[in-house]
Amino acid sequence: MKPAAVNGNFLVLIPAFNEAGAIGDVVREVRKVVPAATVLVVDDASKDDTANLAKSAGAGVLRLPYHLGLGGCVQAGYRMAYELGYDYVIRVDGDGQHDPRYIMELLKVLRTSGCHMVIGSRFYQNDGEHTSIVRAMGIWLFRVVLRPILGQPVHDPTSGFVGVNREALQVFSQSFPLEYPEIEALVVLQRKRFRFQEVPCKMRPRQAGRSSITAVKSLYYIIHVLLGVFVNVLKFERRPKKVDGKLAAREKK
Amino acid sequence: MERLLDTVTILSLVLMMTVLFSVRRSHIRVEYSVSWLAAAVILLLLSRSRPLLNWISDQLGLTYPPLALLLLVSCVFVVVIYRLSVVISDLKDANIAIAQRLAIVEFQLQNRNEKQ
Repeated sequence: MKPAAVNGNFLVLIPAFNEAGAIGDVVREVRKVVPAATVLVVDDASKDDTANLAKSAGAGVLRLPYHLGLGGCVQAGYRMAYELGYDYVIRVDGDGQHDPRYIMELLKVLRTSGCHMVIGSRFYQNDGEHTSIVRAMGIWLFRVVLRPILGQPVHDPTSGFVGVNREALQVFSQSFPLEYPEIEALVVLQRKRFRFQEVPCKMRPRQAGRSSITAVKSLYYIIHVLLGVFVNVLKFERRPKKVDGKLAAREKK
Repeated sequence: MERLLDTVTILSLVLMMTVLFSVRRSHIRVEYSVSWLAAAVILLLLSRSRPLLNWISDQLGLTYPPLALLLLVSCVFVVVIYRLSVVISDLKDANIAIAQRLAIVEFQLQNRNEKQ
């Protein structure tokens, strides 16, 4: 992967854990639909052949030395994208649920709207036909909780099909929730007074594997995320240190 | 009552000796042994000083001093365990950052090798 230097360049980030059944097709499809994009697969220490299949399909592969979980995996990609100077990163899941044809739409909104983050939303205009009842109920609960916190409605807060600009990239490369990061990430952005926008998308059934959030884990997921949201709301930004009686200039972000 | 106090004394001494031996064998770092040693000393003082235990019981409004001992022992260990949770959280954050850094450096090295 060559270091980014061109203004407005973007990276497609694909976090993957044991996605050997789908990752090759996902990478090939992304490269076919958006040939201009650099594709980076972050392999979260998969036990199967995910990393090699992704590489064979033409992606750069960042291999984590041990399993960090989704948040740590995505943050590793954000860190690298930030260090390489990318202006935009679009995150696509490695299971094939996200249709790469929407990548350019997300990027267009990200570039033109001035938003720091765009979310590919299956509920914004569509009906979320591939969503289970339990998940749909959880999403409804999160919508209700997040509405007053974010100051605007969010239709699909659990969507992993997101794009971020360089400012958000810098924030996420420093601070990103580790488990179930999508919802907490919105609150992290809100603390920075960053803006987000949703873009209607159609999701597909996953091509292979199973969701990490099983029925048994759903309750833990809801409690964990709600707790994480409230903890993030309670967090405050540190005041800049005083140097010679004056506030130190904020680090350029 | 006396038997309970003697038992706590013995346990605090065992805890103290275990921690000291662990530090000596480098099984536990000095900075993390301080919490356990402080806990052992507090337990030792409480179990050997009946007037102190009685005074604490009176202050807490407890008529049965062993209850005060139990309460204080619980508090001491809650503080120690909380401190360890903070340490573990810091270590986990550091560990994740190192793992991510390692992956990025490996990626860049591999790219450089492939280009050469």
